[in-house]
Amino acid sequence: MTSFMQPNLLPALPEMVMLAMACLVLVVDLFLPQQKRGFTVLLSVLTLALVSWATLFTAPAAGAVITTFGGSFIVDSLAVTLKLAVYLVTFLVFVYSRDYLKDLDIYKGEYYVLGLFAVLGMMIMISAHSFLLLYLGLELLSLSLYAMIAFNRDSVSSSEAAMKYFVLGALASGLLLYGISIFYGISGTLDLTALSLVIKEQASTNPVMLAFALTFIVVGLSFKLGAVPFHMWLPDVYQGSPTSVTLFIGSAPKIAGFAMAIRLLIDGLAGLQIDWSMMLMMLAVASMALGNVVAIVQTNFKRMLAYSTISHVGFIMLGLLAATQTGLSSAMFYTLTYAITSSVAFGVLMLINCKGFNAQEIADLKGLNDTHPWYAALLAIALFSMAGVPPTVGFYAKLVVINAVIQVDMVWLGLVAVLLSVIGLYYYLRVVKVMYFDKPEDGQAITVKDALDVKILLSANSLSLILLGLFPSFLMAWCIAAFA
Amino acid sequence: MLIESIIFYFFAAVTVLSAASVVTVRNPVHAALFLVLTFFSSAFIWMMLEAEFLAITLVLVYVGAVMVLFLFVVMMLDINIARLREGFIKFLPVGILLALVMFGMLFYVLTGDQSAVESMAAPAAKAADFSNTRALGQVLYTEYVFAFEIAAVILLVAIIAAIALTLRRRTDTRYQNPSQQMKVQKKDRLRIIKMEAEK
Repeated sequence: MTSFMQPNLLPALPEMVMLAMACLVLVVDLFLPQQKRGFTVLLSVLTLALVSWATLFTAPAAGAVITTFGGSFIVDSLAVTLKLAVYLVTFLVFVYSRDYLKDLDIYKGEYYVLGLFAVLGMMIMISAHSFLLLYLGLELLSLSLYAMIAFNRDSVSSSEAAMKYFVLGALASGLLLYGISIFYGISGTLDLTALSLVIKEQASTNPVMLAFALTFIVVGLSFKLGAVPFHMWLPDVYQGSPTSVTLFIGSAPKIAGFAMAIRLLIDGLAGLQIDWSMMLMMLAVASMALGNVVAIVQTNFKRMLAYSTISHVGFIMLGLLAATQTGLSSAMFYTLTYAITSSVAFGVLMLINCKGFNAQEIADLKGLNDTHPWYAALLAIALFSMAGVPPTVGFYAKLVVINAVIQVDMVWLGLVAVLLSVIGLYYYLRVVKVMYFDKPEDGQAITVKDALDVKILLSANSLSLILLGLFPSFLMAWCIAAFA
Repeated sequence: MLIESIIFYFFAAVTVLSAASVVTVRNPVHAALFLVLTFFSSAFIWMMLEAEFLAITLVLVYVGAVMVLFLFVVMMLDINIARLREGFIKFLPVGILLALVMFGMLFYVLTGDQSAVESMAAPAAKAADFSNTRALGQVLYTEYVFAFEIAAVILLVAIIAAIALTLRRRTDTRYQNPSQQMKVQKKDRLRIIKMEAEK
């Protein structure tokens, strides 16, 4: 073992900065009195800014790839773009959550510290290039999320959601590990590049064993992404968590999940593409069908958005299964824009109080337009984008994904996707109808936590959906460059 | 080779049976003890894989420390077993069906014509003086240093989460503040009132 070379630590600078700052926030927060908690938020936001700088500082030149730690850590343009997107979305989450947390009396520093550690987990997942790092990043993210869900300790539904997420998350991790261990048994390596070479060699001689291991990997991945039939945890967790945590779970980790899918399926298991495309196709159709149909009967807004998430995961899988440059970049575009869109939807929902309680039911939004027309408009834009109505970005995202599927001669799949998103249109528009045309019931007083900074940010966030819909080319160019 | 196979199958059987007992026995203390047995027999299987360090760590850390703490907790809590078992019978048929399907598919893949388990070469045995601990120690802080650090961060998050979820500051407890007590002055404690003498 004398041949050990000191690895180049610089590519991991963002991770190191993040870890150091998260620990700093943890300690500083201890000495702050409750009325100065805003400083923790400021410091957390500053951390995200600092890490963004570190990420840009260590970013490789266009098209170049840096690996370190014996090839287990990778920085490419995909990693840089996804990491920056995670920081941006987390920044939105941190700012939007503030007033909601105050309202629920859980405005504590640990929420932000755990959030920062979750971001660290996501960064590791995005940059991981071996099974080991991928799994560790995933566990770091999941563990932080379990604690954040249970953060409102006095709420029974939050504890229940955390428990369900924990048990099913552990089960999913177990399945993923089972797949990883079989691949390790076959190839003797945890490194994804080395694994892909072994698979290329054995794809014809050892197909059953490889497919066997692949199945567990895909099942574990679908659990984490929330694709049907591994979606059971998602509605309960979305509904039971504090809305600020639902916002977090519904946005940034989806980006990390996408990165995990790319690293596993494209970087590691590209040799088995015929097999996993088939599996993803079934998962995608089931997700889009069940998500869109079951969302129709929901009365709880968060639960409805959970089912809508399931259908969006189906769309992301459509892009993945095409596995062409167009397919992958359109799936990435879809993931990024979906994360931004759901930030608006949950962000507005968090601000609305109905009868003194935080709004959860669709009926709570009755007559929102009469009292707060601006917030109603912001939410309506997000809902239109989720439904895929032009000129919002959701339309363009759906268009490129379906286009990618048609390019690989799966026209029927594109047709199914279009039909199912037409069904989806109904439940999004129902919420718009409730906001604009229903009259509030007697004694249903809607109030909104009105803070100027949140209002400006939410407005920019929501209007960006239209802007991105009209001029999608620059974001799309990034996505294409990530898979060049 | 035959003796090795016999030992392996013996401990594998013990592992599976005791693991099954963990979830089926009524008494939670028995369940915890069965878990100890599961750890012991898996430690033996690791030993057969020449992973001595992991085997010893499993026994020392899990059996010696974690399970003892676990037993403490189980004995201190008053767990209502009847309520825990309410769903058991209801979901049993579905569970058995799922397990059978899983078992059937695994059986088909692992024993079918195209089974690859036999075709893969067995790893060569290490020399008698090979030190597992030494080999691990050489890579843990060098090649796997990044993964090692992340594992440490995961433990840190576990600590933060555990404290954040359980620490309750009670506002109604009365406690002394020594620095305030030291700073006390006569006028804080003693009030001299001038009043008319009683007639």
